[in-house]
Amino acid sequence: MKALSAAQRRRRRSLYVMAALAVLSTLVFGLLQKSGQVVTYGFVLDKEWVLVQQWVINSRTASLLFGLVAVAASGVAFLQFRAGKTIGIASAVGAAGIMMSFLSWAAAGKFIPFTGLLQGALLLSVPLIFGSMAGVLSERSGVVNIAIEGQLLAGAFVSGVVASLTHSTFWGLIVAPFAGCLISTLLAVFAINFAIDQIILGFVLNVLVYGITDFLYKKLLIPYQATWNSGPTLAAIKIPILWKIPLLGPILFDQSIIVYLMYGVVFLISFSLFKTKWGLRTRAVGEHPTAADSVGIKVNRLRFMNVMIAGMVAGLGGAYFTVGGVGAFNKEMTAGKGFIALAALIFGRWTPWGAVSAALLFGFADNLQSVLGIIGTPIPSEFMLMVPYLVTVVAVTGFVGRVRAPAADGTPYKRGESH
Amino acid sequence: MRKLTVKRPSLRALTLPGLAFLLAMFFGALLIAFSDSTVLKHIGHPISFIKAAGVAVWQSYLALFEGSVYNPSLATPHDALLSWYPLSETLVTAAPLMLAGLSVALAFRAGLFNIGAQGQFIFGSIAASYVGFHFHWPIGIHLIAAVIAAVIAGAIWGGLVGLLKARTGAHEVIVTIMLNYVALYFLMWLLGTTTFLRPGRRDPISPDVLNSAKMPLLAGSNYRVNLGIFVALAAAAFVWWLLTRSTWGFRFRAVGANSAAAKTAGISVPFVMTSVMAISGALAGLGGAVHVLGSDFSLTSGTAGNFGFDAITVALLGRAKPMGVVFASLLFGALRAGGGTMQANTNTPIDIVLVIQALVVLFIAAPSVVKWVFRLKNVKTTGELAAKGWNG
Amino acid sequence: MSLELRGITKTFGALVANDSIDLKVETGEIHAILGENGAGKSTLMNIVYGLVAPDSGEILVDGVVKKISEPSDALASGIGMVHQHFMLVPVFTVAENIVLGHEKTGFAGRLDLNEARERIKKVSDQFNFDVNPDDLIEGLPVGVQQRVEIIRALIYDAKVLILDEPTAVLTPQETDDLLKIMQELKAQGTSIIFITHKLREVKAVADRITIIRRGKVVGNASPSASQSELASLMVGREVELAPDRGAHDVGAEVLVVKDLSILDITGRALVNKVSFSVRAGEVLAIAGVQGNGQSEVARAMVNLEEHVKGSITLNGEEIVGKSVRESLHAGIAFVPESRELDGLIGSMSIAENLILDLHDLAPYAKGIQLFPNVVLDEAAKRRDEFDIRLQNVTDPISSLSGGNKQKVVLARELSRPVKLLVASQPTRGLDVGSIEFVHKRILEERDAGRAVLLFSTELDEVLALADRIAVMYRGEILSIVPSGVSAQELGLLMAGVVHA
Repeated sequence: MKALSAAQRRRRRSLYVMAALAVLSTLVFGLLQKSGQVVTYGFVLDKEWVLVQQWVINSRTASLLFGLVAVAASGVAFLQFRAGKTIGIASAVGAAGIMMSFLSWAAAGKFIPFTGLLQGALLLSVPLIFGSMAGVLSERSGVVNIAIEGQLLAGAFVSGVVASLTHSTFWGLIVAPFAGCLISTLLAVFAINFAIDQIILGFVLNVLVYGITDFLYKKLLIPYQATWNSGPTLAAIKIPILWKIPLLGPILFDQSIIVYLMYGVVFLISFSLFKTKWGLRTRAVGEHPTAADSVGIKVNRLRFMNVMIAGMVAGLGGAYFTVGGVGAFNKEMTAGKGFIALAALIFGRWTPWGAVSAALLFGFADNLQSVLGIIGTPIPSEFMLMVPYLVTVVAVTGFVGRVRAPAADGTPYKRGESH
Repeated sequence: MRKLTVKRPSLRALTLPGLAFLLAMFFGALLIAFSDSTVLKHIGHPISFIKAAGVAVWQSYLALFEGSVYNPSLATPHDALLSWYPLSETLVTAAPLMLAGLSVALAFRAGLFNIGAQGQFIFGSIAASYVGFHFHWPIGIHLIAAVIAAVIAGAIWGGLVGLLKARTGAHEVIVTIMLNYVALYFLMWLLGTTTFLRPGRRDPISPDVLNSAKMPLLAGSNYRVNLGIFVALAAAAFVWWLLTRSTWGFRFRAVGANSAAAKTAGISVPFVMTSVMAISGALAGLGGAVHVLGSDFSLTSGTAGNFGFDAITVALLGRAKPMGVVFASLLFGALRAGGGTMQANTNTPIDIVLVIQALVVLFIAAPSVVKWVFRLKNVKTTGELAAKGWNG
Repeated sequence: MSLELRGITKTFGALVANDSIDLKVETGEIHAILGENGAGKSTLMNIVYGLVAPDSGEILVDGVVKKISEPSDALASGIGMVHQHFMLVPVFTVAENIVLGHEKTGFAGRLDLNEARERIKKVSDQFNFDVNPDDLIEGLPVGVQQRVEIIRALIYDAKVLILDEPTAVLTPQETDDLLKIMQELKAQGTSIIFITHKLREVKAVADRITIIRRGKVVGNASPSASQSELASLMVGREVELAPDRGAHDVGAEVLVVKDLSILDITGRALVNKVSFSVRAGEVLAIAGVQGNGQSEVARAMVNLEEHVKGSITLNGEEIVGKSVRESLHAGIAFVPESRELDGLIGSMSIAENLILDLHDLAPYAKGIQLFPNVVLDEAAKRRDEFDIRLQNVTDPISSLSGGNKQKVVLARELSRPVKLLVASQPTRGLDVGSIEFVHKRILEERDAGRAVLLFSTELDEVLALADRIAVMYRGEILSIVPSGVSAQELGLLMAGVVHA
């Protein structure tokens, strides 16, 4: 066999890992499982059109079945790999098979609201997706954005407070982007104009936002809760017809306006980044700012603008915590979601759809953990919670394909200094 | 004649951090004034507004001082010295902070940004606590064993990051951010296990370490100040020696400044990355030990508090120099210790400390802002915080 | 279109990069600007192109004063530039690079590349460029990338084209092609400013020559001037173009390289089964155009490359598989290709840079304890031996000039017991005085009975120093020839042409 490139070897290695996991789950969750209990999957959430009400199956049979599906998918992926084709779909099926095999084992004797599981996963992904889109905008143009956490938190705080003061979710939504933008403007000023290390800067900005919101929370929001911290929340809007689609309808089309805005943001960014003038220029200043400058593009102005837009996107995502969720602001309520968004950005290799997929995966792991926590399973919830972080570590160590940041990401541009 | 040119920290070098601190305190004061309901009542009358604001700020910062250095009202007829009790609290907080700060600073000098001091601190705390409550060993040996366990645990957790970076090029910032969460969840899981759950309790808290494993107190039982602060100062001296007087430190600095050239000159970059992260992790782990064995005694999910993150601001304020870290950690230790008192005695929450910390570091990092505000010229600024990206 | 510069002055701190420079480029001429490295040529052109703002002076296009403070101003005035380091985004296609900054859009702001594709094809056909608009830049050879830059300038109607050291990265063959292209462009009325330090090329193509030294115009010359006249104008004194090689004895084989292959991270062979040997008291030069695998071979001598097959022996001792440190201590002195990136640590002191390799050995260290005083003493000694001009050995290395930096590298590498000196592009970017010093030192090492392996892309350097010359092309050694070979023959070899 001819020599494989390092990238191919890594891909092959990840295929081996998937095949091994598939076989392992078939064995452990399927064949070795003693309990003959049934697992029940519920597929109906609301009054959508019903294809299947629920699915009752022997846990052992289901695990075996899904395990074999995963094994078969691994095989197909391997053949495709040999033939030099893309292996995306086969690997996705394989991963899903392994996941379902595990789930059928873990939920033996229990009821799993399957649609609810997915819907919850989407909801938990919302801030991650907004955050990672902010990361895409900023880092694709060459500014490292560790301050996503701070931008989310600022958005959450300001939108919660404003919604509470005005008794209006509308105003809460309107101001959230500006709160995020305020933080990202600081990022832009110090990173672009003062050329400070962007990683340190992002870190410090997070501390700053934590400090200010914690401070104001204790000083204003707790003592004067009725005026300052009892904002209304957004109601879910059912999109006619669409929401009735079995399985997907209630998951995707029975959501609050923020989620629909998120769809818009994702589509807009993924289209613009690769198909428009702005996108071409943005990628150019992120990859080779000197080249962009030499053809008359104002590198730092474009970067500044993109970082500001990034802050607006993250700020809007922050509103999801307050007006889009519980209404009231809580101390440090973003709870590190900004960092998981960063992880999703990196795991998704700085591409919009990659980041969205990674965010959905992390959201799913998070929700699975809480669902399993409620019904009670053999795996401690803390270990489930570690999954996104461990997955990211594995991703950046290049085990499943090397991740490469935009070439000029994190490098301030000053004319005549770079090469 | 030969003369060593070791630059002594001159007053000049302190100008910038000092002014940055002043500026941060000023912004903190604004925040205090403009969020205070009694002050805001006077918003229509400039003079009384300023007066009220001044009172609010003065009270808060006075409480901050009284909580961290000297509080005359604590003195009793029998013991006038008790008014210095707050200073003991400052030193108690500063000790683990100093160690974690040294951890971050050392890694900085080798070109690595160790955001993972928090996770390494957690592992150090876990190891120290386990050895501290689980074994029954004689005084002295028990303490040393618990400290060594913490150092090893921190070194492994930190060294892992260096190893991954050296072997695969994985960026240490991403890896450490992620491993911090892993460490935290590991701790939370551990606290639910029978080994670590305190008998008779259902909430996640470990048993107290035994007396034989506690850090000896330095000023009697009225004060919590303990051996930990000397451990931290000794560690600072060690890091200074390591960086300036040892072959290891020479390599660390060489790799930190230009790893390609270091490699070309025959220095093993993977070894340096792994070893510097291991030592860095060991320092943070030692911080965990000092915290658990010196003042907290038990383990909870919040054991590490913010030490690992404050450590980063400490290292940045101290400009990644051991001496700087000592001063910075004393300052932030004082803010932390005083913040508690301030929160209790005035209606200014302790979180103002976070704001001040962040602003100080921000101004230090962007000296042009400070120079502009104070119309300074000719203050030396160094480019230690020059930018690097994910690929660097 | 004519371009005139009047009194252009630019200072960077204490350094005067341009000192009231006057220059006039007439319509349809090739105007060469000749100067040493660091003479201020690039700064001047960056000013013309709007990348650097001058302290004073003005730029006139067709007799009219133009304010050029941005590259877009230059482009609008009809000034195009092909930069020394290409201004192309590697992950973009040719068409994307060419439209960048001048994008046409269609429905919903959608990027429209079709027009650009057409125009690229047209220009490409006109000059036989063979450029495909949809190729990714990072997959193209440098010669083609340069053509993309030229196409861009032409598409945007450049009437004055600045070429900044355009031949530095080209094979002699590609260079000849480029010179022809320049003639064609000139024939169509484009004015060309040709920046270079290569005398042969200037003589071949220029209509007029302006010589710049230390930021000042020191004279004009016509292409009929002799090479040595031009050289002495450029340097400011009489220059010996070739150092005195003298007679010397050749000893036993010191370095034997057998079937050396080097792969890159994707598994592609950068170097393919290369074999050669170097004897004591002999200089073997490995010549070739940049990017044909020489850099990798040089690095492999001290095990800086990761995927290496084959064997390298030093006095019979196998080197492959050792660590970098072990290779250095086995008796190899290594002068890396880039002083700044691989040779020196900019923020560390001169003294520390002098002992990077020996810092943990006696007398500098005992165990883990380092003795800074000893380090300083030693630094003073080496400063005197190698005539390194410096203020204080504790100053950071970045305070030194290029020539003095290279002396520090040499001083460090030659302070170990050395059997073999590997020098990779040892004079790149140096002024003539420093080049002379380095050449002399290399010959001294040879005369002292050491084997010298020299990697150089400069024909003159190779011819001046080598006893034998191996030419590398696309990762292989095409031929090893004696030093008497002519420059023409060597040039053909470097372009991959082998005679039977």
